[in-house]
Amino acid sequence: MATETLTLGKALNTGLRKALENDPKVVIMGEDVGKLGGVFRITDGLQKDFGDQRVIDTPLAESGIIGTAVGLAIRGFRPVCEIQFDGFVYPAYDQIVSQVAKMHYRSQGKVRIPMVIRIPYGGGIGAVEHHSESPEAYFSHTAGLKVVTCANPQDAYWMIQQAIASDDPIVFLEPKRRYWEKGPVELDAPLAEAYPLHASRVVRPGTDATVLAYGPMVRTALDAATAAAEDGRELEVIDLRTLSPLDLTAAYESVKRTGRCVVVHEAPGNLGLGSEIAARITEECFYSLESPVLRVTGFDTPYPAARVEEEYLPDLDRVLDAVDRTFGW
Amino acid sequence: MAKGDPGVTTRGRRAAPRSKRAATAGDPELVQLLTPEGERIESAIGPDGTEYRADFTDEEYRGLYRDLVLVRKLDAEATALQRQGELGLWASLLGQEAAQVGSGRALRTQDMAFPTYREHGVLYCRGIDPIMPLGLFRGVDQGGWDPNEFKFNMYTIVIGAQTLHATGYAMGVAMDGKTGSDDGEAVIAYFGDGATSQGDVNESFVWASVFNAPLVFFCQNNQYAISEPLERQTRVPLYQRAGGFGFPGVRVDGNDVLASYAVTRHALDNARHGQGPSLIEAYTYRMGAHTTSDDPTRYRIASEVEAWQAKDPIARMKAFLTRQQIADESFFAEVDEQARAESVHLRERVLNMPNPEPVSMFDHVYPNGSPELDEQRAQFAKYMESFEGSAH
Repeated sequence: MATETLTLGKALNTGLRKALENDPKVVIMGEDVGKLGGVFRITDGLQKDFGDQRVIDTPLAESGIIGTAVGLAIRGFRPVCEIQFDGFVYPAYDQIVSQVAKMHYRSQGKVRIPMVIRIPYGGGIGAVEHHSESPEAYFSHTAGLKVVTCANPQDAYWMIQQAIASDDPIVFLEPKRRYWEKGPVELDAPLAEAYPLHASRVVRPGTDATVLAYGPMVRTALDAATAAAEDGRELEVIDLRTLSPLDLTAAYESVKRTGRCVVVHEAPGNLGLGSEIAARITEECFYSLESPVLRVTGFDTPYPAARVEEEYLPDLDRVLDAVDRTFGW
Repeated sequence: MAKGDPGVTTRGRRAAPRSKRAATAGDPELVQLLTPEGERIESAIGPDGTEYRADFTDEEYRGLYRDLVLVRKLDAEATALQRQGELGLWASLLGQEAAQVGSGRALRTQDMAFPTYREHGVLYCRGIDPIMPLGLFRGVDQGGWDPNEFKFNMYTIVIGAQTLHATGYAMGVAMDGKTGSDDGEAVIAYFGDGATSQGDVNESFVWASVFNAPLVFFCQNNQYAISEPLERQTRVPLYQRAGGFGFPGVRVDGNDVLASYAVTRHALDNARHGQGPSLIEAYTYRMGAHTTSDDPTRYRIASEVEAWQAKDPIARMKAFLTRQQIADESFFAEVDEQARAESVHLRERVLNMPNPEPVSMFDHVYPNGSPELDEQRAQFAKYMESFEGSAH
């Protein structure tokens, strides 16, 4: 089985290529996805090899991208839409939440919208405003959408293919600050044997406290666990991977062992995924908890100017601080 | 009608020709083939020089009349059902029958339509059971039919959203290589004058234009977006907007079923032959309220409604059929009787629509389901079961 070391971005690119090869109904569409290969080069070389009917440079209008993709899906295509940056998805919000999410429900199962909406999200790249946001809660709150996010090249490669193969409409969040991080990717296994798309995964076992993270924060949580281990504290880190539906099976099992739980995300804390996760863990693990579930999140401000984003974004120290607080309860 | 297939340019046999009418850009005049008085006009010239004709056999003329009367009667029945509490809401098409029947009958079997929530007449002309959208308005379902089975998309309530769906579908038609011949496929997107202010509609104009999509934008300008008159949406005639997007636009008398047919058939055939999109502004009037929740007397005057009453689409067709001796009183009586019988039948079926089981609200959220939702459903079902055997 071929295993290669790829960046997360290249793993996505390779996964998209595979999806285009495997199914002639798959089309990629978005702004600058063609000749340019996307502003992050995630679709690099795909238009050259598959043509401009499969990899479509669209006019510059996000609602148009998603709305026309709905029509293409009704026609039998499997559109993979790229929204260039998180902060630019809002013009398409109506089409996503009122049309994409509801077609299957309204039609009592007669219309499927097998669409993937790829969104590079999150901060940490020193960008100007509207280029660093974490909009996952908006979409996770919407019934009819599924929301997933990858955190490493292996998952990037497989999850994008699984998302495209799924008949559910899926918002696929890509941690843009991790696009350049490398890791081993198994390239040739059958898709059906890949780790399930809508399942969380323990990425570092531990016994003392449970840290839940997803997307760009998985790396941060792992770094925190490494630092904690040096202090003699073993953190269990779980990569949630699927934000809607949430898979908290591993989290419940873990928290029942550790009694302590910290949830980490970049998005603002107020009504973020962490709120829902904390509520569910409290309901499920109440008698096992030694402390309240704590959240380490972005603040309830607009995403700040880049020169202070390091202070805005959860980092190793803030995660460890929260872990300490669970022990101080 | 729909049995025959009268070409747009077929010469009339019955028509009593008057002079040709020019409908040029900037000219408020409409493409019209049947005057409000029921006089037949042989042909009309559109702003791009297209000559429109639409001539039918006597049977086809009678068929169009029958369609107009039937969709009006079924619509009136739905309004009555709402007034009696049997529907939650109804969006009446009263006054717009000709635009809908004309364009609806112009569709060929393989063509795809994307309606708003008011295209009951188009739906009828597609051969679809008029009961189909009533579940939505009764509140027993959300209008769930299969667009590909009926070549008629689900009703869309968010204003203008469906124009993008139509555009994407039309792009798919072209990508599938289904344009460029007589049996090519075309797509029609319905929307209203209010929708032309929506971003989605303008985006769909851009998309359809640059991708040369086989699409006809069919705007029923019924003069009002709920209470707001046309002047709040536009300073130029709507059909002229097309020019800025790079495709032809034409204004047709939307109360003239013959002209509506001719103009739409021409645009659809251009689209199916690969000549790209076009915009039709069907100039008409919403004789009733926006929906049954609306009170139009608050924002428009009676004399305006009366003036449009004189342009009634059915009255002019009846006058034409009578004058040309294509139909007589016994025919009109027979059509009225058919309309009455169909509306009674519709009413009976509406009253017998069962309420859905509460637990069915969990159905079809996702094609592949969701464990979270399965759990919610199970909890809800258990909760509901806890009432079994109790007084409630």
